[in-house]
Amino acid sequence: MSSYLPLFLLFLIAAVLAVVLFTLATVLGPKNPTPEKLMPFECGGDSEGSRFVRPSVKFYLTAILFVVFDIEVVLMYPWVVSFKSLGWMGFVTMASFVSLLVVALAYVWKKGALEWEK
Amino acid sequence: MKRATRKASELEYLGLTVSADSPASGGLLIEKVRPSSPAERRGVLPGDLIVSFQGIKVLSVGDMASTGFSETPDLVVKRGTQDLPAVQVDMKGFEGAPPIDLLAAGLVLGIAAAVIALFMAPTAGIITWVERRVAGRMQSRIGPNRAGPQGFLVWLADGVKSILKEDIIPTESDQWLFRLAPYLVFMGVSATFVVMPFGQKLIAADLDIGILFVIAVTSLVTIGLMTGGWASNNKWSLLGGVRSAAQIISYEIPGAVAIVCLVMMTGSLRLQDIIAAQGGTGSTVLDVGGWPWYWYVFRNPITFGLFFLYFTTALAEGNRGPFDLPEAESELVAGYSTEYSGMRYLFFFFAEWANVFVMAGIASALFLGGWQIPGVSPAQQEASLALQLVGVGIFLAKSWVLIFVVIWVKWTLPRVRIDQMMNLCWKWFVPLSFGAFLLTALWMVAGVPKSVELVISVLTFVVWGAIMVHFIRRVQHNLRESRIPLHLNPFI
Repeated sequence: MSSYLPLFLLFLIAAVLAVVLFTLATVLGPKNPTPEKLMPFECGGDSEGSRFVRPSVKFYLTAILFVVFDIEVVLMYPWVVSFKSLGWMGFVTMASFVSLLVVALAYVWKKGALEWEK
Repeated sequence: MKRATRKASELEYLGLTVSADSPASGGLLIEKVRPSSPAERRGVLPGDLIVSFQGIKVLSVGDMASTGFSETPDLVVKRGTQDLPAVQVDMKGFEGAPPIDLLAAGLVLGIAAAVIALFMAPTAGIITWVERRVAGRMQSRIGPNRAGPQGFLVWLADGVKSILKEDIIPTESDQWLFRLAPYLVFMGVSATFVVMPFGQKLIAADLDIGILFVIAVTSLVTIGLMTGGWASNNKWSLLGGVRSAAQIISYEIPGAVAIVCLVMMTGSLRLQDIIAAQGGTGSTVLDVGGWPWYWYVFRNPITFGLFFLYFTTALAEGNRGPFDLPEAESELVAGYSTEYSGMRYLFFFFAEWANVFVMAGIASALFLGGWQIPGVSPAQQEASLALQLVGVGIFLAKSWVLIFVVIWVKWTLPRVRIDQMMNLCWKWFVPLSFGAFLLTALWMVAGVPKSVELVISVLTFVVWGAIMVHFIRRVQHNLRESRIPLHLNPFI
């Protein structure tokens, strides 16, 4: 536990540094708000249409794919740390697991989920 | 199965010191028994083998943690080949380490954390200066040269200027999240400095999950950028935030798999272990320490490819050019940072520049041998303060070379399109990283002899050297052909 102490200290230092600098900026900086200044910025013109664009469905697809493959990477970590003691058996198990995911990737690819421009 | 601890560990509460070279079959070899300790009173002798503790088979020192469950835990030891009957170690009279020690240790760690926090700010600042100077040179212009010698203090001037700017928070934004986002980004990047192995001893916390921790906390940056983009209530900000998230999470997969390959070769996630594995352990000068052919980048052709794969994914994860799409000014105004101004705006970019150092530092620790000095073994380095400082210098030198490459790439290549970027990741890097992963596993499990490995490492190094020589000669040739006057003095 004590080895994680610097981490919490650094989080604290970072947070305090940020708070101090932001407060300084608020105190020292000019305060001259105008309605135009507080509008959403669009290169000088008035904002057109809805502020909330709906992001393309591709972004959601990427997120889902990320979850699938990242979980796999998470499973790899404990396996690789003890790999030296697992030998051929460990290799065969992980190779079959990875090849299953490669098949999944090939399927996703074939279905066109990886095509950004259609 | 090697379950040895890294060095002799003390089990304070029992009064035992166990050896580093414990047998492969499990158990811990006792090196020393402290006089009048609980273990000594029960007749445990040096040379005995601890077999089980509290009824649990002992494989590593971790199994010997005192649970405090029992005041008289069972300790089974083996003397020679003979099993001794279980001893009940009387824990009465056991006193934990005095709290003053904890306080002192906490103080030291606190100072280390403060130093690193103070190191981070100037480093990020100096990177901005270097970047502007290099960019200036590459575009045949002068670059900053007013504040301080050669414009060196321009980063300080920038910081002061940002404090004096108006802090604009748009009325239609989500006030709380808008303020929270810079904190998330900043803290995510600064947390990685905790495990940054500057030197053999100069590391704030040598966590046993080291590199996994780096991957984990950098995702705070993603959350911060998304939060900032969403809270701004501006369509360009939102698009920038979503793009940055898509980009970072996509490139995280090949990047993490590349790291996994190195962890597999080391057998540990601890960054210091990964660096220690990149040195020779022979007897002659050429067999000892961090010579380039012991680095992971030249270990074999697979890791050589992995280095470039990792470096490219790190560029993409850090939103650096040519992958700086989230802030593509020609299409998204300024991406997620459109609505930010003054100090809050600076914090996003402060985090980006600090992140350049983080990626360069992690890359030099993982692939380029970190603080290992050629011709000096880690034990020799540990004994001498001067050598340790040389080690820190070597680590920083490698990192700065990589930082220069990052800047070089940014100002050389045009920005890629989002479909090109996603294709590169999902159709090239992900399959390639899985292939490299399986090949590395196969390489290890096939048991390539050490001598063959060394020959391959040296050959890889020689091939890289030949590529570099060819590159330099091409540059010279092109310069001669185009008759461009060459200004080698960087201080004009």
